[in-house]
Amino acid sequence: MKLHVKTTINGEEFEFLCEPRESLLEVLRDRLGLTGSKEGCNNGNCGACNVILDGRLVNSCLVFAAEAAGRAITTIEGIQGPEGLHPLQEKFLEHAALQCGICTPGFIVAAKALLDRNPDPSEAEVRLWLAGNLCRCTGYDKIVRAVLEAAKSTAVVMEK
Amino acid sequence: MKAVMYACPQSLDEAVGLFAQRGPRARPFAGGTDLIVQIREGKKEPDLVVDLKRIPELNELSFQPQRGLVIGAAVPCSQIYEHGKIAGLYPGLIDAVSLIGGIQIQNRATLGGNLCNASPAADGVPPLIVHRAACRIRGPRGERTLPVEKVCAGPGQTALEDDEILVSFHLPAPPERSGARYLRFIPRNEMDIAVAGAASYLELEKDRQTIRGARIALAAVAPTPLLVEEAGGCLAGERAGEELFARAAAICREAARPISDMRGAAWQRRHLVEVLVKRTLQGALQRARGGGASPQGRPGGVNDGPQGRPGGVKEQDS
Ligand SMILES: Cc1cc2nc3c(=O)[nH]c(=O)nc-3n(C[C@H](O)[C@H](O)[C@H](O)COP(=O)(O)OP(=O)(O)OC[C@H]3O[C@@H](n4cnc5c(N)ncnc54)[C@H](O)[C@@H]3O)c2cc1C
Ligand code: FES
Ligand code: FES
Repeated sequence: MKLHVKTTINGEEFEFLCEPRESLLEVLRDRLGLTGSKEGCNNGNCGACNVILDGRLVNSCLVFAAEAAGRAITTIEGIQGPEGLHPLQEKFLEHAALQCGICTPGFIVAAKALLDRNPDPSEAEVRLWLAGNLCRCTGYDKIVRAVLEAAKSTAVVMEK
Repeated sequence: MKAVMYACPQSLDEAVGLFAQRGPRARPFAGGTDLIVQIREGKKEPDLVVDLKRIPELNELSFQPQRGLVIGAAVPCSQIYEHGKIAGLYPGLIDAVSLIGGIQIQNRATLGGNLCNASPAADGVPPLIVHRAACRIRGPRGERTLPVEKVCAGPGQTALEDDEILVSFHLPAPPERSGARYLRFIPRNEMDIAVAGAASYLELEKDRQTIRGARIALAAVAPTPLLVEEAGGCLAGERAGEELFARAAAICREAARPISDMRGAAWQRRHLVEVLVKRTLQGALQRARGGGASPQGRPGGVNDGPQGRPGGVKEQDS
């Protein structure tokens, strides 16, 4: 039996049909063509599938798509603003905070959720917040730098 | 993987009705951080998952001095540690909810799921036990109450019937001069399952030296979370101090029935129990005296939460 779900993704209304056991990640990628969210572990350990659900960072592989009904979701596709890349995305590029890139959408969505709550995090706070995201390539340091730099640059923009 | 149905009842009665009809083929579903993984791995094969997150009683989170604390079974960990009042009054519980998984998990994982999943290593359960939490349980035959320590029956097994659900936890208001602490040992600092864990609760007399009452509970060293009543009992009426705490820790070490597995050997777990009980008693004592809540975190070693989640509660002195 298929379920009919209406939800909001990146500010746009979406409707889809899904099996009850399908995860939000599967629906995003396989039914809606939003392939920015990645599947790493499919069990909540790597954060590659991170999305923001009603203002909260979650692993979309551990959410049933059916739960999205009537809720608001932000995926990596919704991070960039009308003027172009989000400061987080720019700083990730500038600091070479990615190599293979499979973890990057998850890190950026997680960092966005952090900066939304805490625009000026300490390095320790950034590292702790990102503990649910795994990267096999970079060694994390460049990612942490990029997030801290993005926080600084958004703070400057806000002061202007 | 076989087909599963999904239901999202809006009231407790509606949910109870579903379980009365479906019995063991229906499965309560809260944060899904255990259940979705288990369904995917074929370890659980329900016909119907019943999403509990829209039921008002399961979303309650409130504190009143007379009634104490009510935590709905479907309230996620992050809401608990962000609640200003709870952090000050139940710091032992905050220790645990702020170290379950990472932020993504804390935004979904519930204490109801933590208990009903019945893992011996569940971090949320020992603090609930030492804070004397009672479970409100509801089924087609009505309602009943069970202390948290009576809920787990073995790994993955609870005392709940197939058609019953946990509605909420009820914790008495903490008396003056009381404090609690939870610590676990894991090989890394976040995102791992406890090799061993301990929660201690202390209540002091007016002199702030003599112990009026104490409770100690352990994680990951027996088939279920373990309340060690003799250890708490040996502290009552005595003056707080290192030697006394060592005695309680030795009792806990003997009470532990750990196994050896990929996370740790039985002898190591026994040793850890002793260390963790001493440290949590010290922490609980500090908190009961109204002092600083926690020593510094040790990277790679014993996890000294709450770490102050960014955007959440910071470490609070109780
Ligand atoms: C990456 C990761 C890290 C984790 N880290 C930790 C950790 O550090 N410490 C820890 O203790 N756990 C950890 N866990 C396990 C899990 O997150 C916790 O056990 C969590 O508290 C489960 O809650 P939930 O709401 O997600 O439960 P669910 O998965 O929804 O349910 C778990 C079980 O309880 C039953 N259930 C749920 N609610 C009720 C109810 N109200 N009445 C009756 N039965 C019910 C379900 O049917 C199911 O069998 C981790 C999991 C993941 C994926
Ligand atoms: S794919 Fe979801 S956490 Fe790894
Ligand atoms: S860049 Fe390859 S996993 Fe992070």
